Amino acid sequence: MSAVGTERAYFGRRVGLSASHRLHSNALSVEENQVAYGKCNNPHGHGHNYVVEVLVGGAVDPETGMVVNLAALDGVLRAKVLERFDHANLNLDPLFLNQVPTTENLCIAVFELLKDAMPVGELEYVRVEETENNFFEYYGE
Amino acid sequence: MIFLTRRSTFSASHYYWNDGWTAEENERVFGRCANRNGHGHNYTLEVTVVGEPDAVTGFVVDLKWLKDVIEREVLAAFDHRHLNLEVPEFAAGKLIPTSENIAIAAWKRMEPAVLGAGGARLSRVRLYETPEIFAEYRGEK
Repeated sequence: MSAVGTERAYFGRRVGLSASHRLHSNALSVEENQVAYGKCNNPHGHGHNYVVEVLVGGAVDPETGMVVNLAALDGVLRAKVLERFDHANLNLDPLFLNQVPTTENLCIAVFELLKDAMPVGELEYVRVEETENNFFEYYGE
Repeated sequence: MIFLTRRSTFSASHYYWNDGWTAEENERVFGRCANRNGHGHNYTLEVTVVGEPDAVTGFVVDLKWLKDVIEREVLAAFDHRHLNLEVPEFAAGKLIPTSENIAIAAWKRMEPAVLGAGGARLSRVRLYETPEIFAEYRGEK
């Protein structure tokens, strides 16, 4: 193979997950929760088709031309994120027992679940899109 | 500093194959992408340049000029081509035309023209192979 291929590049993957949640803080009164969260505080929750986007940075392997193998990355996303959150109620996940499952907090949770699980390279960011119009990014900062 | 991005599309075919490996090894690592008859994608190329807006024109770069650079340096070579067979960077024994390597090749093809024009410089090349799979290059070694 060519000697070229030591560049650092990034590989991105987007996957969908559907989950329900209710935004409700135990630190707030009933009225305060309604003021803070509006419809998102409705007692029985609601759901979204979330899109999780991850970007992995690393050296391009000269043998494969890849930063990371898609099948390996998909395996990690499935095991760490989709099996945990897809078609689940986020409020019932242990991570959200004491934390409101806003998309900000979901984004941070997904980053933390993935950061040490990359098959190769480093997790650059996690983006979670709650709808087509709202999305959140976390770079581990 | 302003980051300006131009999005373009092209369609091309490719396959993944490392001549240094056995057929079995290629199929194990690359899966269906190792099919020597090739397959194709509708790629989306996002080219981002960064610079200061010109005091007179208010432009970082003239978008028409950037569009012409992308068309001349990248699209003319890649669009409706078989990347392995028709693009020198990806000839047998050279780079495998993964999204990572296509993004890097596009950067290298455009960089002289962008640098030669003065002003803005390339910041990022992002290549979507599907809406859910993409690679990015930022000029890093």
